[in-house]
Amino acid sequence: MKEAQTINKQEEQVLTTQRISGSEAVVKCLLAEGVDILYGYPGGAIMPVYDELYKYQDQLHHVLTRHEQGATHAAQGYARISGKVGVAIATSGPGATNLITGIADAQIDSTPMVCITGQVGSHLLGSDAFQETDIVGISTPVTKWNHQITKASEIPEVFAKAFYIAKSGRPGPVLIDITKDAQFEEFDFTYKKCEGIRSYKPVPETDEKSLKVAADLINNAKKPLIVLGQGVILGKAEEEFKAVIEKAGIPSAWTILGASAIPSSHPLNVGMVGMHGNYAPNVLTNECDVLIAIGMRFDDRVTGNLATYAKQAKVIHFEIDPAEVNKNVKADIAVLGDAKTNLQALLPLLNPNSHSDWHQKFKDLYKIEYEKVIKNDLHPTKDGLTMGEVLKEINTQTKGEAAIVTDVGQHQMIACRYADFKVSKSNITSGGLGTMGFALPAAIGAKMAAPDREVVMIAGDGGYQMTIQELGTIFQQKVPVKIVVLNNEFLGMVRQWQQLFFDKRYASTEMVNPDFVAIAKGYGIKAQKVSERQNLKDAVKEMIDTDGPYFLEVRVEKEDNVFPMIPTGASVSDIRLE
Amino acid sequence: MEDQKKQFTVSVYTENNIGLLNRLSAIFQRRHINVESLNTSASEIEGVSRFTIVVKITESQMKKIIGQIEKQVEVIKAYYHTEDEIIYQESCLFKFKSDLLFDERQIQNIIKESNARIVTVNKEFFVIEKSGRKDEIDLLYRELNVFGIGQFTRSGRVAVTKDKMNISKMLEAFQN
Repeated sequence: MKEAQTINKQEEQVLTTQRISGSEAVVKCLLAEGVDILYGYPGGAIMPVYDELYKYQDQLHHVLTRHEQGATHAAQGYARISGKVGVAIATSGPGATNLITGIADAQIDSTPMVCITGQVGSHLLGSDAFQETDIVGISTPVTKWNHQITKASEIPEVFAKAFYIAKSGRPGPVLIDITKDAQFEEFDFTYKKCEGIRSYKPVPETDEKSLKVAADLINNAKKPLIVLGQGVILGKAEEEFKAVIEKAGIPSAWTILGASAIPSSHPLNVGMVGMHGNYAPNVLTNECDVLIAIGMRFDDRVTGNLATYAKQAKVIHFEIDPAEVNKNVKADIAVLGDAKTNLQALLPLLNPNSHSDWHQKFKDLYKIEYEKVIKNDLHPTKDGLTMGEVLKEINTQTKGEAAIVTDVGQHQMIACRYADFKVSKSNITSGGLGTMGFALPAAIGAKMAAPDREVVMIAGDGGYQMTIQELGTIFQQKVPVKIVVLNNEFLGMVRQWQQLFFDKRYASTEMVNPDFVAIAKGYGIKAQKVSERQNLKDAVKEMIDTDGPYFLEVRVEKEDNVFPMIPTGASVSDIRLE
Repeated sequence: MEDQKKQFTVSVYTENNIGLLNRLSAIFQRRHINVESLNTSASEIEGVSRFTIVVKITESQMKKIIGQIEKQVEVIKAYYHTEDEIIYQESCLFKFKSDLLFDERQIQNIIKESNARIVTVNKEFFVIEKSGRKDEIDLLYRELNVFGIGQFTRSGRVAVTKDKMNISKMLEAFQN
């Protein structure tokens, strides 16, 4: 009852017309959309909005990052752990261009985000004014939608559309560019949420027939394999997904962005597909008779050589974005629409099954992978520390309840392979774009969106230094993230490729690193370094037991490689174990 | 057959918004596809624009690109057509010195035979307009080129389909 009253009051507030400035309207739009935190960096062309943020600071928490790229990744981390729209704000010119990497990352990883940029006054557009850049032009190919506002009266409708577009259908980033004069201009403000756009159909209609055909194929399959992607998480379809696989007994593999959609310990979870995925699901992709793709897009890192990918299988593609169907892999049957609704509708059409012989194949191949790779990663007998054993220790100490935020490279593959996920939205990483420097700011956003969750950031020594300045944000905002740097003094993944494919010519991959512990301490963050196995357990324990932020550097073996591996251009079934 | 390059004409119905041209052309540019011709204008529906784009690509590429175009928020609907599914025209203008009209009597015959028309004549210059298919315009160009063309320009292709489009119905469905 009380909640209903607040909502009514809020609605009343926004429906009443008030004469306010464009910049105040921006803040009111954000509040009306339920935004509580935004990440950004002020500057000339966005100052009127910052002035309003100052006045509204008790309602809207602005987090000053140390670089605009950090603001976008923080907004992404916020969005990925909460399912809400992340918001980033910057000034014109360099402020705006610094957002581009994060926007491109959000676009390729389908992350709902609204970016706001200031722009020079409308009379100066096109005059090469100070800090003028054509950010609408620049951001067009990497945004789901973008728009330039030159009149304050456009603000409510454009913001309502922006939030609607960012979060509906297949989510993505939206950019709103506001000229400085539009921020100053006064107008009669009313806000109405967007409920639809005539040229935009976020969720395609499901053809009932396609569901029946899909169900028949699954019911008749002897060796079905599911590959799930982030669509299951974005569609909030985890429970429906579990019900489907449990009833039909289908082994389920996941893409990197699908990680944590089903718990790691689930008996039907057969691991990750793709370049550094698990052995069994990759090999058996080329042996299954029906391949069921759910909310995934057959990225080249997942499929390897398309000419030899699952050619023997009938392919069923559950997908919300029609442009993804038949883009890389031809689907025998496409089930368009919302994952949750369609999996719900699929469930009663499926026959109970167990496929125990087929499961045995996954178990047999797992044993091979365990002997050749996993055992050495998790229980090494050599002196140097492995990334895998660090992950194992983090799993133990966090009881698998942490959200793991990773950067890009070897540590990312190891983390996604070995992290123990109990709940969904626990794996936050840059998948499609492979953005080094993603992890530290993304972890800030994730922790602020979910303060009750343990957030452990894991990065390599390379990526960590790409956005290391965000330690300042952690310091200022007192964000209790746990920072783990797996330091091998190399850009490890590139070095691995140089070793395997470029005759060990280590061109510019060796890193001479600073004293990371001293740097963290400089920002008031408790820190320590571990290089001996005997100290690892206590160090991880101390990190997890610490209330505030904590920095842990682990010196790992310098030239370890990540296996299994599908070399570029090879078939998924030609995955190498060594 | 899907792998052979063919000429396709794309019709895109869109909202009339700044930036859409950029968004659509980027879809081709990103895939390293040359746009043979592009025309944008009002459509039969008030407030709705229509792009007519000609490209030479394979049909499987074409289908994927239609998907990418339709994915854009402000695109209402996109179609692709083969040559036999549409009625299409291009238009062109030639400018000549006025003396030629009298010195080179043959020009008048060429104008007549090619169904071109004289748009304007004054003391200095005259302008010929011709609408037709690309090969007709190419032929006229070759015939007139010998006389020394002052200026020449041709429009992008415009096309209507033989089949119905039903865009209005789609928009009505949204209203309800």
